[in-house]
Amino acid sequence: MSVRPLEWLKKMVAALLRRGSDGRPVATASRRMMLVGSPNVGKSVIFNHLTGRYAVVSNYPGTTVEVSRGHARIGEALLEVLDSPGSYSLAAFSEDGRVTQTLLMEEPLDLVVQVADAKSLRRMLPLTFQLIEAGVPLVLDVNMIDEAERAGLTLGAAALAEDLGLPVAATAATSGQGMDELEALLGGEPPKPSSFRVEYPEPIESAAAEIANLLHGDYGIAPRAVALLLLQRDQSGWEKVTQCDPEAVVEIERLVSQVERSRPPSYDISVARHQAAGGIVRRALVRRPTASRRSLRRLLGDLAMHPLAGIPMLAAVLYFGLYLFVGRVGAGVLVDWLDGGLFGEYVNPPAEAFFNRLLPWPVAAELFVGEYGVITLGLRYAIAIVLPLVGAFFLMFALLEDSGYLPRLALLVDRIFKRIGLSGRAVIPIVLGFGCDTMATLVTRVLETRRERVIATFLLALAIPCSAQLGVILGLLSGHPLGLAIWGGVVAGVFLLSGFLAAKLLPGQAARFYLEIPPMRWPSLKNVTAKTSARLKWYAAEVIPIFLAASVVIWIGQVTRVFQLALSALRPAVNLIGLPDGAAEAFLFGFFRRDYGAARIFDVHSGGAVSGVPLVVAMVTITLFVPCVAQFLVMVRERGARTAAAVAAIILPFAFAIGYLLNLALITLRVQV
Amino acid sequence: MTEYELTEGAEEVLARLWVAKHEQDRPSRPVREFGAEDREHAIVQLLESGLVERESDVVSLTKSGEREAESVIRRERLAERLLTDVLDLGEAEATEAACRFEHLLRRGIDDEICTLLGHPKVCPHGSPIPPGECCRAGARSASKVISTLADMVPGQRGVIAYLHGRRREMVQRLLVMGAVPGTPISLVQRLPSYVFQLGQAQVALDRETARDIYVRIAGRRPVAAAAAPWLPRPFRRWRFRRGRGRR
Repeated sequence: MSVRPLEWLKKMVAALLRRGSDGRPVATASRRMMLVGSPNVGKSVIFNHLTGRYAVVSNYPGTTVEVSRGHARIGEALLEVLDSPGSYSLAAFSEDGRVTQTLLMEEPLDLVVQVADAKSLRRMLPLTFQLIEAGVPLVLDVNMIDEAERAGLTLGAAALAEDLGLPVAATAATSGQGMDELEALLGGEPPKPSSFRVEYPEPIESAAAEIANLLHGDYGIAPRAVALLLLQRDQSGWEKVTQCDPEAVVEIERLVSQVERSRPPSYDISVARHQAAGGIVRRALVRRPTASRRSLRRLLGDLAMHPLAGIPMLAAVLYFGLYLFVGRVGAGVLVDWLDGGLFGEYVNPPAEAFFNRLLPWPVAAELFVGEYGVITLGLRYAIAIVLPLVGAFFLMFALLEDSGYLPRLALLVDRIFKRIGLSGRAVIPIVLGFGCDTMATLVTRVLETRRERVIATFLLALAIPCSAQLGVILGLLSGHPLGLAIWGGVVAGVFLLSGFLAAKLLPGQAARFYLEIPPMRWPSLKNVTAKTSARLKWYAAEVIPIFLAASVVIWIGQVTRVFQLALSALRPAVNLIGLPDGAAEAFLFGFFRRDYGAARIFDVHSGGAVSGVPLVVAMVTITLFVPCVAQFLVMVRERGARTAAAVAAIILPFAFAIGYLLNLALITLRVQV
Repeated sequence: MTEYELTEGAEEVLARLWVAKHEQDRPSRPVREFGAEDREHAIVQLLESGLVERESDVVSLTKSGEREAESVIRRERLAERLLTDVLDLGEAEATEAACRFEHLLRRGIDDEICTLLGHPKVCPHGSPIPPGECCRAGARSASKVISTLADMVPGQRGVIAYLHGRRREMVQRLLVMGAVPGTPISLVQRLPSYVFQLGQAQVALDRETARDIYVRIAGRRPVAAAAAPWLPRPFRRWRFRRGRGRR
């Protein structure tokens, strides 16, 4: 498929949504600032507050996958604001840290704002020290003071500002408390460099000084900070120094390994920073004794982590969230209303009349209003079927994220996920996959090793049905509880089995699991709607254009009769798993648009050609079958063409093999569905 | 095993030969590297008891000497751990005192100390401690002073003593998350994943990572109040009793 019409479509949609096609706003700002901080401290809420536009906010560590950029008007000045991914340290131990470090070194920044969680200030300050060492103009925003208050902690912002030599703001971003003061700090004069300094134990201190003297290149941050990164064997720091000061590398290597002779310096550096932080916090945070309160939130939070109580909790979330809300309300009420009402009565008939009059050639009119027309089918499916389903799912997902349930789910499933080569962290992309596998494939970036990312990508493509598919499948099988159970059992079994095999076959170390568990919170309506609409906008801009383009491809394929060839190639395979010829179309179109696949079966089913055992077999095979074209494109972009091709090459025969075996088993066992 | 009671000097020579062989890749060492005292007494004693052998000017460990030397190293490094982690001696002092202490740590007692310290894998300087019978058997004792987080009981409190793991980047991640030595810590639950309380925050870990955190236990008995007192009783008890490797 040519890329140009696709780009054009994306630009059109982007213009409709009033944003630049590359995501950047068009206006130019006078100053540029960046938000940094650990995961889950409220950076993105502050970003939303300042810029009034989207960064996906959530109560889950590590959801800022890409760097969001926006513009904030503070007083007279227009500021460009960058939101960095959550990172505990400037050293690049993880992808998030790497991105933050690169931004800090390479973006010309007029101001850096560190957002910290007041409750855990002691653990936040080491990052502050590193930013001070880096010599960037810095403002510290101590956020979530409302939660700290509730935990019996009172912040002395003035004492903290004095100790650190920095401007300090105290905010509770979700309620807006203190935000005016923060804005005043951001709009004012850039802060002077702080004279605060952490002293490291010898021989680290003198080695850092010696290394700093050897650095002459432009690093964007102070040489002392670079030296400390090098002493911690920070990989991207070393890459940078081989670029900027290649002649000094040998000498630096000698100095670093001399220090390493006793013990890894990263250990002593961390300890020194945390000790310094302890001293400051003792002055800045006043603790008054509070009785540990029994709240519903804490009870729910504890139940969600409990090995026994967690399971009924998960079942309740699945039933109410996925089945009732997405399945019944989204797929039932909303789809009926949009598809039957809006399109059936108000859009399709006039569009058909219009195009048939405008284009007297039936072939041309087909493009817009035919069986697979861009409007009658392409747009209709996109807006009336896919959007409400995906929208309902995104809303549900946002509620789960903001409540803090997802990290608890992560720790609940970690042991099982370890068996399939993933860690608990992977629940985020996997659960998101039930909404949109394309977006979920993008989000696999939060996983730490390439091995884990490949396995998650593979499993998403193979065994996770997206909401569009799920809606049709639940609709078709809703009258057949046994069929639904067989479908669910087989797909879940394939998920676990193929994951287990992938974990055995792929080389590399097993992923480790570590995750901070945020407290349970009542989701704020504002954040949930902001996030849902942000994701829907992304979906409308990235996925729907591809789907519309796919409608055109289908039309070309039919006009040129290429598809007929492909269909006759697919027919034997379809017959092999006990399905009639008509089902072949479902598989072919299923690649171009995943929802088409299941929907075609729906049509064949309504015609009475497929029911009972073949219907269940068809649903299982279509769920496992290759992902939609949008997901495939994202797989190519994120994992590379070779991996994407390998995944597709495995899935294609595998889906049919499972379908064949299932058909055989059901017939032999004389199962009546 | 030898029936000889080795002198302190002889044990020191064994230790030096072992370190040279295993950590500096020099299987034998010239006799002249040792002092006159050692040459006249220690090496003579070791040669007599068949723990070292001499070929012209170099000495090396025999098979039984190898075993004996490993035990010396193990006791020496365990002693260092004991002195730094439990008695809170500074590193330099501990190293100094450990040399004497090791000699007093008799065979057999080292396994008890090792269990008490949660089977540490490295000495405070980062050199490996040869594992003993107790480590292989995974022996556990009711009164532990140091324990890995993985061996703690829900509700138990302590202070992080040190971190050590095979994966260095994992230790670094724990450190930057705030799990640094000296931090108070308590175990909230161990199933389905380990969850520990770190100040106001809770952190979830898998078992492998929980093994990297060594904690100086504060009280002998778990503090029941720390583990969700509002849960129905059966749930509470379940938390305490289950879990691999507690017996």
